[in-house]
Amino acid sequence: MEVKLICFGRIAEIIENKNIEISDITETDEFKIHIESLYPALKTMKYKIAVNQELIQQNTPITSNAIIALMPPFSGG
Amino acid sequence: MNTERYHRQLILKGFNSQSQQRLTAANVLVVGAGGLGCPALQYLTAVGVGHIGIIDHDVVALSNLHRQILFGTRDVGKLKVVAAEERLKALNPDIQFTIYPYKIQKFNILDLLAQYDYILDATDNFQSRYLINDACMLLNRPLVFAAVARYEGQLAVFGVSDDQGKKTNYRDLFPIPPSKGEIPNCEENGVLGVLPGIIGAMQAAEVIKLITGIGKPLINKILSYDLLTQQFYEIKIAQAPANTYQLPNTEIEFLEMHQTDNHLEKELIEIDTLMLENLKASHALIIDVREIGESPRLNPIVYKQVPMSEFDGFLNQEIVQEHIVLICQHGIRSVAAAEQLQEKYGDTKKIYSLKGGLARYQAFFSNQQA
Repeated sequence: MEVKLICFGRIAEIIENKNIEISDITETDEFKIHIESLYPALKTMKYKIAVNQELIQQNTPITSNAIIALMPPFSGG
Repeated sequence: MNTERYHRQLILKGFNSQSQQRLTAANVLVVGAGGLGCPALQYLTAVGVGHIGIIDHDVVALSNLHRQILFGTRDVGKLKVVAAEERLKALNPDIQFTIYPYKIQKFNILDLLAQYDYILDATDNFQSRYLINDACMLLNRPLVFAAVARYEGQLAVFGVSDDQGKKTNYRDLFPIPPSKGEIPNCEENGVLGVLPGIIGAMQAAEVIKLITGIGKPLINKILSYDLLTQQFYEIKIAQAPANTYQLPNTEIEFLEMHQTDNHLEKELIEIDTLMLENLKASHALIIDVREIGESPRLNPIVYKQVPMSEFDGFLNQEIVQEHIVLICQHGIRSVAAAEQLQEKYGDTKKIYSLKGGLARYQAFFSNQQA
């Protein structure tokens, strides 16, 4: 199935906002492993995942056409 | 109330003289008078927030001016809190300002935040952000958070219950602070001045909404903003599962949690008057960092007067004594001064600060006056 990625901060440099095919992945834990294998730079970064504008705090199902956001912390002011 | 000054907001639908009175009665602390703090302070002052506290230890640098719009070229070298207060008083003389020219630290933050109803985090580093977050949650204070990086900003309201009575805080997003260097700050990263201008103004808007009860503040939500595309993206924040992180429940837990924040802090010893007498007997140098004119005036032979405003100059002189005690009215400025001395002398001298200051030991100091 296809999902849409929205990336913020440094993550947007690593992954552009785009639609990606995640084939048989159906949950956020699997998705995290998958995206980090595609983009190993993410492994050492702090970021939070949101699905359809809801922050993910534990493994959650992903449905087709979901919008998945990857958000790192910012500290500047 | 100055109805002419506030006329354009008083005629707003949903805003009335009661809203204005709530603003007048409000106490807001802005932590950091930088890129976010400057625009936030301007709008909070203009809108008529009755009492505004500003804390920042830094001085104005030329490279600040592209984003820190309260300051002019002539302010370079001045304490930010002093320059900011000057500008803001000119903007609205009806506002009461309290300025704190020192760094927010685990030792001073709880006493300071307890005096305010709303806290605005306009700092530029994670250490301060986690300190402020944890202190706000311990003291049950609403926190308006904002942060920027290059062309993007984040904005959220923490510590305020939603309709279901749920509250979130920054640790629900990022339970553990990133290690130093993991996330570059503005100094290394660059930022377009108008970005903190936009986000800082939005922080002021959230504070105004919380105070007056208008609209829907970003409670349990984080808003991301991208200046390059003018896109906003809102994410609902759910509480992290139990045991993901632990917030402090007491002052002791708070201090323990932030113990490793700063290696300099470990050596700083806060003392009482009994210890002060002992140190006096062992010929410690005792420095009163209060400004000239603050009362009670102490015997200057025993208590060397070095006002905080002149402390930078004093730091250039060498101190011969091995033990140095800093005192002030409430034991806040003395901690800041002690830290500066520690930075200079490291482990070669023992530096102390009188906890609670003269205010805590009035009877003792009644015998020490000039």
